[in-house]
Amino acid sequence: MADRPKRSADGAPVGRRALLGVLAAGAAGLVAAPPLQRGWENFLGAASQVDRTGLTGLLPNPGGFRYYSVVGSVPRKDERNYALTIGGLVENPRTYTLPELRALPQTRVVGDAVCTDGWRVDNTPFDGVKLADLLDAAGVRGEGTAVRFTCFDGAYTESLTLEQARRSDVLVALNMQDKPITHQQGGPVRLYVAPMYFYKSAKWLSGIEVTEQVVAGFWEERGYPVDGWLEDADRTDGAA
Amino acid sequence: MAQPDRDGRVRRFGPVPRTVHRATGWLMMICLTTAACLYLGPLAQLVGRRHLMAMVHEWSGILLPAPLLLGLLSSEFRADLRRLNRFAEYDRQWLRAARRRLTSPQARPAGKFNAGQKLYAGWIAGAVLVMMFTGLLMWFMGLLPFISRTSAIFVHDILAWTITFVLIGHIRRAYADPEARLGMRTGYVSRSWADRHHSRWLGEEHADTESAPPAATPSRPAVE
Repeated sequence: MADRPKRSADGAPVGRRALLGVLAAGAAGLVAAPPLQRGWENFLGAASQVDRTGLTGLLPNPGGFRYYSVVGSVPRKDERNYALTIGGLVENPRTYTLPELRALPQTRVVGDAVCTDGWRVDNTPFDGVKLADLLDAAGVRGEGTAVRFTCFDGAYTESLTLEQARRSDVLVALNMQDKPITHQQGGPVRLYVAPMYFYKSAKWLSGIEVTEQVVAGFWEERGYPVDGWLEDADRTDGAA
Repeated sequence: MAQPDRDGRVRRFGPVPRTVHRATGWLMMICLTTAACLYLGPLAQLVGRRHLMAMVHEWSGILLPAPLLLGLLSSEFRADLRRLNRFAEYDRQWLRAARRRLTSPQARPAGKFNAGQKLYAGWIAGAVLVMMFTGLLMWFMGLLPFISRTSAIFVHDILAWTITFVLIGHIRRAYADPEARLGMRTGYVSRSWADRHHSRWLGEEHADTESAPPAATPSRPAVE
């Protein structure tokens, strides 16, 4: 009894304690996440200013944009071969080239880019043509109630109701942060829907089609809400 | 069970623990690879196919505990889990030696599993559960509205990096000890390896079989 060495089967359940310890740490992490996240973002924001290696981009929730694409590779387009087609239920379907879009009156919208995956870039300036202007120029027919967007990656699609599409903070964007939008960021032309989550702001925009009703977009067919309002979005008025 | 067979080999793992380990390892690799394709910018640009990557990631993650749960049907596997769970006196000695960076096997006594393996097993099991929980919160938005998606992502991201580094440690340990890998691959190790690296293991197994049923021989000394 006393002289018998403790066998492993009798000892303290340290394995179970390790398991429960991690669970407790995970729960504490969920509770402490909001303040920790804010501190972390501030720290990374400062660090990424001086970091030339890009390593800070690998850390959890770094500042800056992340690259998301639903296809394997996306063709590159520039002023020579880019075209934006406006069609569907409109009086005057037409195609714009990149210089033609640049020649139209430009509007600036400063808003937050918020991804459903947790990263966000606040106060990002976008410049471009108001979607409402393009729709007015095309002349939406009476039966049109929604707008469907297609992209030259060949797969991505998005949708807005006509009312949402006519808001003054919805842009066919050409510039982001005062620079032409790069290929990686969805250039040369992307959508920017300021009051909604960033998946609504389709990259590599190539087609705008007025439809009779809302057609669910790529992620919306996969469970995302069609009305992707940000939590603090002003849902009634287009003023940004 | 762990008796040496004719040519001095000792059976360390039967088919069930080996299959569970292999299946879990593959699922973990798939889960981490797809995570990298979703999360690391250059890889995301190279691979794209975000929906496919996300789907494979979600399902490999959700299936991670399945091999272990199926393994519970085997009494040998349950016995191994029991050994992993319980800490003996010499496990504390092992930890002290590890803290003082003593590497000689004499300084680090161990049963079938050493203290490091025991802690690792408990930790990774808990970590997988936390990853599953936070992952499900991201997968099914609004499942628990009082936990924000951002919080779930924060914990998921940080723990993902921790798991990556812990797993690298796990793989490096295995890489440094070919006979340990042989035990996991074939199920058998040499008696000399077992005596050297798991000095208390075979003695304990012997005591277990000798003293069974335990209730009948309560005060029997188990030392040789």
